Amino acid sequence: MSDIQQVENEIVEDFELFEEWEEKYQYIIELGQKLPPLADEFKTDDRKIKGCQSSVWLHASESDGKIIFNADSDSTFVKGEIALLIQVMSGRTPEEIINAELGFIDRIGLRQHMAQTRANGLASMIKQMKLYAVGFQHKTA
Amino acid sequence: MSTTANTTKAFDVVSIRRDFPVLNEQPYGKRLVYFDNAATSQKPTAVIQALVDYYTKYNANVHRGVHYLSQRASDAFDSVRGKVKDFIHAANEREIIFVRGTTEGINLVASTYGRKNVKAGDQVLVSAMEHHSNIVPWQMLCEEKGATLKVIPMNDKGELILDNLEQLLHERTKIVSIVHTGNSLGTINPVKEIIKRAHAKGIPVMVDGAQAVAHGSVDVQDLDCDFFSFSAHKMLGPTGIGALYGKFNLLEEMPPYQGGGEMISAVSFDHTTYNEVPYKFEAGTPNIADVIALGAAIDYWNTLDREAATKYEQELLHYCTEKLSAVNGVRIIGNADKKASVVSFVLEGINALDAGMYLDTKGIAVRTGQHCTEPVMTRFCIPGTIRASFMFYNTKEEIDFFVEQVEKAISFLNP
Repeated sequence: MSDIQQVENEIVEDFELFEEWEEKYQYIIELGQKLPPLADEFKTDDRKIKGCQSSVWLHASESDGKIIFNADSDSTFVKGEIALLIQVMSGRTPEEIINAELGFIDRIGLRQHMAQTRANGLASMIKQMKLYAVGFQHKTA
Repeated sequence: MSTTANTTKAFDVVSIRRDFPVLNEQPYGKRLVYFDNAATSQKPTAVIQALVDYYTKYNANVHRGVHYLSQRASDAFDSVRGKVKDFIHAANEREIIFVRGTTEGINLVASTYGRKNVKAGDQVLVSAMEHHSNIVPWQMLCEEKGATLKVIPMNDKGELILDNLEQLLHERTKIVSIVHTGNSLGTINPVKEIIKRAHAKGIPVMVDGAQAVAHGSVDVQDLDCDFFSFSAHKMLGPTGIGALYGKFNLLEEMPPYQGGGEMISAVSFDHTTYNEVPYKFEAGTPNIADVIALGAAIDYWNTLDREAATKYEQELLHYCTEKLSAVNGVRIIGNADKKASVVSFVLEGINALDAGMYLDTKGIAVRTGQHCTEPVMTRFCIPGTIRASFMFYNTKEEIDFFVEQVEKAISFLNP
């Protein structure tokens, strides 16, 4: 089992504690409130993924062949989702990120909420994470 | 659900609610509070049954079959044009064109009347509170023709500023297209006055009636508008159907919209002659089932005391406005003197999406975001609002629960 899958499984186990959508929502809001904000200098337009209802700023950097993601949003819920994605995707090699299937999103029952790409731009954020990984891969190749 | 004592007596919301089966749904096991009526209204059983009846009893293509089913379908379909005519008080049922909805109605006018009459250097006038669907079709036309889109501005209350309308009604203005009732703020515009002033300069006016038809009676002859478009799904009917009204002489002069069957009278490889108005604008097999169900929606409206329904909605509007205004951290956007039953608001320091999702967990359906009116949000320097929009089947009791949950959302999201 890859490391990414292990982290995904841990998230799924956490979410198994919740039966109701209400509880999942509250947990994700708490995660969002705990996520450290992105420094203002990184909140630039070229890092911005604009959604109809909220925007995401995604910053990627490289350390020892691994990609570190930091991100922020004007929505606390989206920040909570970001926190989950960062747990799974940050600190991985470009290859791991590109191949990540992110099955946990379905397994924790968040697909219906995350699928609203117009609403929260999260699907665009996953795409952007993978694009960064492809970019880093080319740079180091 | 009980109604509060001071509800308009003539309007029996308890029995009305029984006509709308979806209101019994329980999202996440919670009682549904449906306050997203400006996005789409719920459907009474009569409308749902009309769809089922058509498909189970007389599904057939119209206007060309010689058989029983086709004649029955044609009769049912054809009768709706007259119902729509009466619903908006048009003079002649040939002035009614079936379209997919308000958006297609506006696009039809922009690409036929607009394309024929707007030339390079001309102007098209809209307002600052238009839905994207009454901006983009005109922008596309202006780009194609080298014309300019002009905008009637809006004040801080969310009302149009008409002081400089005479200057905006320029000698090069070829059409004015304006929303009757704004979807994001609920402002009811003085369209009759705008039409009168535009007509004084010989300029035709299109009215976006999407929000207006469900919240008060519309009389296109009294308004004297040249075009008027609305969607069935916002007035208890099905999605995918709506109507465009156009003054007969204008429709006669306009080129066709799309080509195909039904809109022609004779076709050869050398030349095609077009069918008469309104069929000239209705290419292809029409949306038979939804037209018939639109007819059922109009029949349903006719069973209601519409004046009482609108009055009741106004009560809901004022009740909610008053209660929400008293909540610390709530700022209502759009305080026009004349408003439909829409309350748009922001919570200080809280993202609208987060609040909307909180309310969703409690079974409350509202819309959050820009409501397809990005320029309105830009005007008020806000990223989006939470919008609660009421229909006559909503109750004060629902508003009580809603305001209570808004207060809880504020304390939960603002630790």
